[in-house]
Amino acid sequence: MLATRALRLLGKRAISTSVCLRGGHGVAKIEAYTLPAYFDRRENPLPDICYVQDLSAEQVSLKEKEHGSWAALSNEEKVALYRISFKQSFAEMGEATAEWKTVIGGVLFVVGFTGLIVLWQRTFVYGPVPHTFDPEWKAKELQRMLDMRMNPVEGLAAKWDSENKQWKK
Amino acid sequence: MSLQKPLMRGLLAKRLRFHVPIAFALSLLAAVGWKYGVTEPRKQAYADFYKYYDATKEFTSMREAGVFESVRPTGE
Repeated sequence: MLATRALRLLGKRAISTSVCLRGGHGVAKIEAYTLPAYFDRRENPLPDICYVQDLSAEQVSLKEKEHGSWAALSNEEKVALYRISFKQSFAEMGEATAEWKTVIGGVLFVVGFTGLIVLWQRTFVYGPVPHTFDPEWKAKELQRMLDMRMNPVEGLAAKWDSENKQWKK
Repeated sequence: MSLQKPLMRGLLAKRLRFHVPIAFALSLLAAVGWKYGVTEPRKQAYADFYKYYDATKEFTSMREAGVFESVRPTGE
């Protein structure tokens, strides 16, 4: 009994702003986002307001019946009362959604679009690469690296056969 | 319409009893795998390299290639 009373108080949208008439100004418009909202969260089991705010005639009569003994309510009526107060049950809340497909698709799309932007940039924005990227220069670099025996145990020079002047098989 | 009372206590202990042995085993596996997959071959590679390493010969060929600044190739 007490619980239904308390729920009724919580159920109606609480108008917390008082009428304040000052120098010809009227009541401030109450923004929707400032009022208590309903959301299904595990960590907040009892939201501030009921899910269904505007009750149909049938639901109003059901709420009246709720004032009486709860043993008189049938199972369907109990479920209907639950659904008035809550949108999803805890089990429904925890269900997997298909949202991950949208997320992955969106991410891939944006990455692809970024790739197009980078391509355009490479063609129209950047100048030519430095001369040190020419194949001949790179070959001379590699020769110098082998001459100074870079990483001779496990790395680059380890794979070079210096007698036969070729890569080890 | 009455549900079974859910588990209220010992949730962390239950999780640890399951996951800690697995974590231990995987860590051990990773350590053993690293030792015999990476460090032992690496030690062997160094041992093999220095077994027949002739420092003078290497120095001479490097010098001839012209990579040193302190000594130029014998020709110059």
